[in-house]
Amino acid sequence: MGELAAEKHVQYILSVEKRKDDLISVAMEHLRMNGAYWGLTTLDLLGKLETVDVDEVVSWVMECQHESGGYGGNIGHDPHILYTLSAVQILALFDKLNVLDVEKVTNYIAQLQNQDGSFSGDIWGEVDTRFSYIALCCLSILHRLDKINVEKAVSYIVSCKNLDGGFGSTPGGESHAGQIFCCVGALAITGSLHHIDKDLLGWWLCERQVKSGGLNGRPEKLPDDTENGGISDRPDDAVDVYHTYFGVAGLSHLEYPGLKAIDPAYALPVDVVNRIFFAR
Amino acid sequence: MHGRPRKDPKPEDAAASVAKAEKLRSLQSQFLSNHHKKIYTNEALEVSAKLLEVNPEYYTAWNFRKLAVEHRLSQSDSDPDSIKSIFSEELKVVESALKQNFKSYGAWHHRKWVLSKGHSSIDHEMRLLDRYQKLDPRNFHAWDYRRFVAALMNRSEVDELRYTTDMINSNFSNYSAWHNRSILLSNLLQRKVQGFFPKEVVLNEEYELVHQAIFTDPDDQSGWFYYLWLLDQTVKADAPLLVSSWPARDSNLIILEDQCLDDCALSPFNTFHSDSGTFPLIVYFNQAVEGVNSSTISVESVLNANSELTWKPLSTNNSPAAQVWVTYLNYPKVDVHSEAYPVEVSIGHSGGIISSSGFHYSHPSRFAFKVFARPVKTPIGHGGDIISWQDGNFALYETSPEEPNPTISLDQLNIKDDNEKTSSEWRAETIANEIALFQELLSEISCKIGKLTLARLLKARDLLLSPCANKMVYSEEVINLYSDLRTLDPPHSQFYKDEHSLTLLQQITSTRESLLRYCFLHGDGTSSFIGNSMCLRLNNLSLSRMGSIERLLWVQMLDLSHNELRSIEGLEAMQLLSCLNLSNNKLCGFTALGPLRLLKSLKVLDISCNQIGSHSIDTTRYLCSSPLCHTEEIDWGRDETVTGDVNLANYWEAFVIFRGLSLTQLDIVGNAVADEKLKSFLVKIVPTLKWLDGGELH
Repeated sequence: MGELAAEKHVQYILSVEKRKDDLISVAMEHLRMNGAYWGLTTLDLLGKLETVDVDEVVSWVMECQHESGGYGGNIGHDPHILYTLSAVQILALFDKLNVLDVEKVTNYIAQLQNQDGSFSGDIWGEVDTRFSYIALCCLSILHRLDKINVEKAVSYIVSCKNLDGGFGSTPGGESHAGQIFCCVGALAITGSLHHIDKDLLGWWLCERQVKSGGLNGRPEKLPDDTENGGISDRPDDAVDVYHTYFGVAGLSHLEYPGLKAIDPAYALPVDVVNRIFFAR
Repeated sequence: MHGRPRKDPKPEDAAASVAKAEKLRSLQSQFLSNHHKKIYTNEALEVSAKLLEVNPEYYTAWNFRKLAVEHRLSQSDSDPDSIKSIFSEELKVVESALKQNFKSYGAWHHRKWVLSKGHSSIDHEMRLLDRYQKLDPRNFHAWDYRRFVAALMNRSEVDELRYTTDMINSNFSNYSAWHNRSILLSNLLQRKVQGFFPKEVVLNEEYELVHQAIFTDPDDQSGWFYYLWLLDQTVKADAPLLVSSWPARDSNLIILEDQCLDDCALSPFNTFHSDSGTFPLIVYFNQAVEGVNSSTISVESVLNANSELTWKPLSTNNSPAAQVWVTYLNYPKVDVHSEAYPVEVSIGHSGGIISSSGFHYSHPSRFAFKVFARPVKTPIGHGGDIISWQDGNFALYETSPEEPNPTISLDQLNIKDDNEKTSSEWRAETIANEIALFQELLSEISCKIGKLTLARLLKARDLLLSPCANKMVYSEEVINLYSDLRTLDPPHSQFYKDEHSLTLLQQITSTRESLLRYCFLHGDGTSSFIGNSMCLRLNNLSLSRMGSIERLLWVQMLDLSHNELRSIEGLEAMQLLSCLNLSNNKLCGFTALGPLRLLKSLKVLDISCNQIGSHSIDTTRYLCSSPLCHTEEIDWGRDETVTGDVNLANYWEAFVIFRGLSLTQLDIVGNAVADEKLKSFLVKIVPTLKWLDGGELH
């Protein structure tokens, strides 16, 4: 088995943070907030969060906030629930949740809940269980789940449960490992894991592992994630911070030495989550 | 981000890349400027269209286009042609974006947005979808969009079903098509649409179809997962049923105050030691239900007023639904010549008990038992003495022939009408046919999923048969299949191990004879065993999972030591449990002990020699009720006075588990987490504790 080149990954992530002008970075500038969350969480798992300038990051995050309370993917970009969660998670990593106007952010999210309990990603109405997870995760971190109808949110997610035990993006949507993470995470956060047939879903998820040891997202699809300096989706493909994060998080779950534990529902290091829920 | 090859750029490529980056950057900043200034001229629209063509993930541009459409609609004069051209332009932008990335969420959503404004025709959209689904039959965006269009334009489910048939017939390996098929059929079957009722005919046809897929290519997963769904449709009992209870039907319950049997003719299976004035009445269903209360279950006896009984769901996460419910009944005054007090329990005579999937408990049933209360002469036993689990403390229980059968279960099904009878016969016949088919297939080829499916079929058949004959026969074959699978399919060996454990427990608890081999009298090792507590010893069986608990509700002392348990889910139903040995297992965290918090009678617990504190990852973190999943609060003000200056954040798992228990004896040595600090913390939060790791506390 190869070793985790921790130092190389740290250097890779810091280099991505500095880079803003190459083609890939320009093409992805709209999701820089997500990229920052992936990169910074990975650094924290590797025990190297202090290599980053916290004030610089925090002030950039706050510049991405809109009047509506939501956050955009970068400065000047429209607000969306996806980047709002990443922003809150980044502040949680640095223990800077106190810079938030909690009312403002939580109002933005609460207004995105629909009649049937589902959540839209923004004012334009796209509905997806990813957004349900985001809303529940974000409001939970800010201790404001009371702002939404949690029961309806849960029943919407359960309505997306499929006959193979997995979950899709909307009712009737095919099971996909990414959606499943979101739905299971949301159910975990709301104490609703009893709705899941653990044996059935567990078996389906185990079937995602292919002979090479990698994991695919759905039946008969290609596996994802291999590593070098930065981690890519599969061997010989280009690396990126998204797959670096998922690779390191995966290794953390497998108790790989030298990595901090990551919380499987909040997708943040366990010590960060414990600080949010168990400190006075 | 996916599928880009890794390579070092050549110098000329590098220069071209820099130029491209410049161009894109300037396009994007031009766009943002227009957007912020709300400029919706043709030029501005051009800029956004160009941007979305090369970078359809740039989500703000899709927002801009919607704003631009709204702006232009408000400017135009309701002329249908100009409105049509506005929308057509949007659809063109979507199509060019999809060419660049046909998985773009933004592009697909924009299309849905346009369609919801009433534009485009179903034929046109279907033709577009055909094109995309030919390119990639697994594109879930296309399938989602297909469902959206079908719903919007009221396309019949039958037509959509036909589409999946076509897709499947052209390629069996289309998981997306099978999935869609399962959704459509579920809806059609549930609504009993004409042509889809009774379900037996439909399911028979589906079995034919899926057999073709499975036998054509046994390695492809699509058919197998669909097969599991079919099997579920075939065997599932929609309606909730009562599976077992304690006290059991027709039993004579003898309550003993103080801890000793002074009459060795009494059977330990239906005696209960109590000093609280009450005993539990436990009802165990086949699935989680809500709505169990004194109006939906009535308990008639002179000992209690039914209306005063409160029923509690035994759910480990504080949810209102549970598979097992409990209430407490008073027992009669203790008297040497005590009469039998009859108790009759009626359930399902009025509606209200409902499963999580919305099915009502609909088969009214009754069961009755009798209660006696006896005093004892001199209390011997573990009033405050330490319990030892050594082999020398146990003697095999020897039974008398008149012994009641502890494993008795309630009648599951009163077949009410012809419909149900036919249904039940069809079920049995279908399973039998499928078993024969797979046994034949597996005699020719060695196929892991085939064996697993056969094991499931055999278990399904076991479930259908009434709780008497022949259970042992199939259990043996199932156990052999799981052993084969552990060799054939090592990556999933832990799963097969769990299934093996469950089957073994079913075997053990299936008859009186087999169960009695594991029943021992427990004593203090010095005196005779007459009149002492009974223990069910399931140690050293390589159990990785607990099961058959509906047949073990009578157990008061349980030895599960030297097994491979990682979790004890289901144990919360064992409301009579007072002594539990979990030493030498694979429990990795305190959170795995969540079920114990519902065991109010638990006094003696041994969790020594597990792996608590050895792992950085707690795999049961969210299976335990805690502030993390919002099912429980920690009252910082109140709780800190108990715990003193200990940082609660470091011991929260131990805190939420142990604070609710009234243990007298605890063994925790042999776990990495068990240092002096933890031990003194536990002593603080469990004030009833007398013995810790074999040492007496003062």
